[in-house]
Amino acid sequence: MLSKKQIFNKGILAVAPHMFSVIPFGIVCGAIGIELGFSPILVYAMSIIIFGGASQIVFLQLLSGGASALIAVTSVGVINSRHLLYGAVLSEYLEKLSFIKKLLISYLVVDQGFAESNKFFQKNKNETHLHYHLLGSGGTLWVCWQISTLAGIILGSFVPEELGLKFAVPLTFIAIVVQDIKKLDHVIVMITCGLSSLLFFDAPFKSYIIISPIIALFVAALVLRLKK
Amino acid sequence: MTWLSIIIAGIITYFMRMTMVALVDRDLLGEKVKAVLAYVPSAVFPAIIFPGIFINDYGTFIEMNDPKIFGAIIAILVGYFSRNVIATIISGLFSYWIIIFLL
Repeated sequence: MLSKKQIFNKGILAVAPHMFSVIPFGIVCGAIGIELGFSPILVYAMSIIIFGGASQIVFLQLLSGGASALIAVTSVGVINSRHLLYGAVLSEYLEKLSFIKKLLISYLVVDQGFAESNKFFQKNKNETHLHYHLLGSGGTLWVCWQISTLAGIILGSFVPEELGLKFAVPLTFIAIVVQDIKKLDHVIVMITCGLSSLLFFDAPFKSYIIISPIIALFVAALVLRLKK
Repeated sequence: MTWLSIIIAGIITYFMRMTMVALVDRDLLGEKVKAVLAYVPSAVFPAIIFPGIFINDYGTFIEMNDPKIFGAIIAILVGYFSRNVIATIISGLFSYWIIIFLL
């Protein structure tokens, strides 16, 4: 049985490598906000209030492009609706927590933290303090996101656009799923999701980000039925 | 107005994170649903990966000789064999930069 601190540290270590993508992306997010002409305080406040990389950029781009607040808010909601799926997966491991702790820990769930903590949970189902892993991973991502968006806000136009730092985002997620390409069922699900996302890319409110996972999960259900 | 929108967007995002963890009883989900949920990472992350590679900042498809495709292939190979997150990200970024800046 691992102690709380040991599990917490494992959570930190599990997401630490993703900083090679999170920090550049955070800097780009902060810099874009300033470039679009928003006040530094407003751009930074989003990192605390919304705390969701891509959705923060989309929100500011829509508003600066003249879209209504309703469209910008709806888009953020649609983009972040994938967290419903993360929550459904994590709930199994967090069900013993008190209601208050569930409310608090939910704020820290983001993509990479979910991915890495979920991997840990699957292998260590019998540990008692599982949620400390999520605290470690989510807490680390939160701190780095705050610092890097702040750095982007300060650096602003000094961030060289030609570096294409946003490309670090798909790379970090490749690192998360790449070991599953040995499994045919997972490959089918991944390709379904990926192709759907390109097909539905122009769907309103960036909804490709939730439409394609839903299609892919239906395919997963079919695959499961065929496997039996 | 912008501030109000940010706060509402933040509340909505928080509810997306919290609802399934705190408000929905896990027992409501049947065994079949739980089995399907095991595919969530494979069903969600490609929707971030594919557009991040194949669609540019202006929302149009990239050319088939775009350096991002090369970078992604290198990252997949390095990631698969090294099982190392840092190596995956760095190899992808560097192979992408090499093509942009040197070729």
